[in-house]
Amino acid sequence: MAYADTEEILHDPHTFITKYVWSQDHKVIAVQYASIAILVGLLGLALSNLMRLQIGFPGVFEFINAERYYQFVTMHGMIMVIYLLTALFLGGFGNYMIPLMVGARDMVFPYMNMLSVWVYLLSVIVLLASFFVPGGPTGSGWTLYPPAAILPGTPGHDWGIILMLVSLVIFIVATTMGGLNYVTTVLQARCEGMTLLRMPLTVWGIFVATILALLAFPALFVSGVMMLLDKTLGTSFFMPALVSMGQVTGYKGGSPLLFQHLFWFFGHPEVYIVALPAFGIVSDLISVHARKAIFGYRTMVWAIVIIGALSFVVWAHHMFVSGMNPWFGFFFATSTLIIAVPTAIKVYNWVLTLWRGDIHLSVPMLFTLAFILTFLSGGLTGLFLGNVSVDIPLSGTYFVVAHFHMVMGVAPLLVVFGAIYHWFPKVTGRMLDDRLGHFHFWVTFIGTYLIYFPMHYLGVLGMPRRYYNYENYQFIPASAHSLNVFITVVALFVGAVQLVYVFNLVWSTFRGRKADPNPWRACSLEWATPDTPPKHGNWGAKLPVVSRWAYAFNVPGAKQDFIMQNAALDAGGVEEQPKSYGASS
Amino acid sequence: MVIAIVLLLIVVGSVLFHWLTPWWLTPLASNWGKMDDTLSITMAVTGLFFVVINLFVVYTLWRFRHRPGVRAAYQPDNKKLEHWLIGITTVGIVALLAPGLAVYANYVQPPEDAMILEVLGQQWQWRYRFPGAGGKLGGTDARFVTGQNPFGLDPADAAGQDDVLVMGNEVHLPLNRSVKVLLRSHDSLHDFFVPQFRARMNIVPGQVSWFWLTPTQAGRFEAMCAQLCGIGHPTMHGYVVVEEEAAFKAWLAAQSTFAMTLAPAAPAAGSGPEALSARGRTLAQTKGCVACHTIDGNAGVGPTWKGLFGKTETMEDGSKALVDDKYLRGFIRDPKSRDIRGFANVMPPIPMSDDELDALVAYIKSYGSEPVKQ
Repeated sequence: MAYADTEEILHDPHTFITKYVWSQDHKVIAVQYASIAILVGLLGLALSNLMRLQIGFPGVFEFINAERYYQFVTMHGMIMVIYLLTALFLGGFGNYMIPLMVGARDMVFPYMNMLSVWVYLLSVIVLLASFFVPGGPTGSGWTLYPPAAILPGTPGHDWGIILMLVSLVIFIVATTMGGLNYVTTVLQARCEGMTLLRMPLTVWGIFVATILALLAFPALFVSGVMMLLDKTLGTSFFMPALVSMGQVTGYKGGSPLLFQHLFWFFGHPEVYIVALPAFGIVSDLISVHARKAIFGYRTMVWAIVIIGALSFVVWAHHMFVSGMNPWFGFFFATSTLIIAVPTAIKVYNWVLTLWRGDIHLSVPMLFTLAFILTFLSGGLTGLFLGNVSVDIPLSGTYFVVAHFHMVMGVAPLLVVFGAIYHWFPKVTGRMLDDRLGHFHFWVTFIGTYLIYFPMHYLGVLGMPRRYYNYENYQFIPASAHSLNVFITVVALFVGAVQLVYVFNLVWSTFRGRKADPNPWRACSLEWATPDTPPKHGNWGAKLPVVSRWAYAFNVPGAKQDFIMQNAALDAGGVEEQPKSYGASS
Repeated sequence: MVIAIVLLLIVVGSVLFHWLTPWWLTPLASNWGKMDDTLSITMAVTGLFFVVINLFVVYTLWRFRHRPGVRAAYQPDNKKLEHWLIGITTVGIVALLAPGLAVYANYVQPPEDAMILEVLGQQWQWRYRFPGAGGKLGGTDARFVTGQNPFGLDPADAAGQDDVLVMGNEVHLPLNRSVKVLLRSHDSLHDFFVPQFRARMNIVPGQVSWFWLTPTQAGRFEAMCAQLCGIGHPTMHGYVVVEEEAAFKAWLAAQSTFAMTLAPAAPAAGSGPEALSARGRTLAQTKGCVACHTIDGNAGVGPTWKGLFGKTETMEDGSKALVDDKYLRGFIRDPKSRDIRGFANVMPPIPMSDDELDALVAYIKSYGSEPVKQ
């Protein structure tokens, strides 16, 4: 690996436009990515509250008709999974953390990085445009299953679905440009001494998630293009011979299941595209705030890699009752439950990092602890749905809704909140307000648990998801409706409190308490920049040189309870090298 | 330490909730009790992990909370402990997977002697078909689908002539007899879900999917669609009546065969308004109107016909229109011409002769809010 310093060719920006708008600085791009993602995420949140209004108080709000309800459901799901979580973890955290944590001056392709965020913005604009076209946005559910998605009878089956597919295709272009950057930067631009097995787990999580994204998104890309052709040119990739609204259509010979296979070949790795960065970040937050080396670092790295690899051979557990050949169920149930082993190891190691630690209950730590409980709950219910014969009665019910919100909605968002509290001082040079932070934490953690824990039981009862209302269904008792009212009320409250968080972000950016360069006393490299916030080029005149891993907390004999990664070698705290890694350090 | 107390309360609260919850499985009405058993096993194993790990966290938070002067231990790993944990987890996973796969092996192999029921999912209603005396279902194709032949049965296929067709949302099944349920659709994905049966499968246009069950409880069970199929998804409310073999046979014998539906409808007796309205009712069934329009006052995908005639409807743009003869005829001929507030504009134009239109309008009128003037 070459450690050539490239500061002289960095082209420092001089005007406001090149500094903050058409910026090629990974830190500015990260903030741009995160800001767009959070704004569109607020829209997704508002949509979920509108849905809950209808579920809790059916018929009360006249403007929420069936058409709009399905549009809210669809746009909420797609916005949260793709335009918020994927963009925020890869485009936001990936951009900010990777160069700082591996000791690089920037991403290796800064211009492409800039293009990535602007193309992402374009995809968001196209997505939002679908609210303003005739027929409105698509209401086919975020899975966009054909044939219904492009046929009359589904809201937004003309313009809505076309704009949705075009927006996804554009988004994938943006993600690919960003993703190639992140992977190349990790592989090529680490500073001297930063071996792969010295990278913080945050970088490992984002790195593997990016590889998953580069391999999985093409499946969504082609299925999006194929469905666009089915819609606009009348091809029949996903469309068998059909009768729509009493008329025989011109489609014939296509397979709706082909779309589902392509969608979930992307869709399952997508879960880990969101989860792996969260896993990595949580590992780092726990270690810093418990003042203790992450337990089993190498096992943690291998678990990330193995989970990433296995995530490509489990997709059809989303299709156990899809009508595919039922014999596939044996394979996909087995592969799915195998993935539980490395995932469980990660949970154990987080908990064992706390054991005999010096636990500081800072706001980031509180979010981390909330994540562990929430993720544990969501992960364990995954064992119900992954085990094919348990899944059959639960599939398509509120059990599924509760499960995936816990495991890939709430859990990763708790990490996002914790991570922003943790790194906000690095990004802005100021601390977030602690009292607002505590308030936001308690409402979000307890509120989301109250929303989703009881919801599982509605699923066990058999209440199907994506129902505009449950009129006249006798097997659903009145008490189930009362529970839905309760869930709606809590959801509205939790939703409103997120505005407190946004206020905290904005207020603290300008008025927050000034931060020390390393307020949490962490070891990793991003806290070692000469300036806070770091300037363009990150490291001033000389790149850092790394002599140890990122987890040298409470090393016996050391004066302080932490040793920076780039402290001189004689400060101690060098991690133990397994024999096979031998002399090369 | 508030967080340790809250985590403890969440664990205790969750366990209590699980014991006390009024929301649980509907009473089982099929042979799939083993699915309920695997659910219980999974609940027990995962519940144990949930409680143990969280209680460990609670204890750790209390025991190792920050205290001035106390430093954390330095212990980057412990291979032996990690191997033990991998082992225990693997045992837990096998304990879940093995019974699950054993039940599933049963699910994918229907009994040889199972009787056949075909369920046709259609936006947004259910229809059912049984093989006739010949024991063989006739061939189908989407291009044969018409208002008269919603199953798309091939009129030239001799095997299909004696197929028994059920044109309503309700089907009957004999008690304690295995049924292989074949699933078909011509428009969208659907899913035939009777919660009490547990077993179910998606319906996919272009192919025939299936599942099997043995009903073990007599009664009338609700069926619902559990795969989003468009705007009328929640209105696909069906029923399965499970009854003794004799009662089932009598019910089956009263249904019409495909050959009977092909025969030209006998001219309605008489020609007064009542006969016209009766013809309209048959048309409402065969043309599929009833999928979206009820006659009981509940709005479906479209407005209910109860009280419709004579009512003043509000359009999406705020204008109002009296529902009279002209309105109904105009709307049925060109559904896109008006956009009624509160309803999606999804009604397709349904080909209909002038005579048929007369009959249908007479039928809708008969449920109108003002008495039909003779």
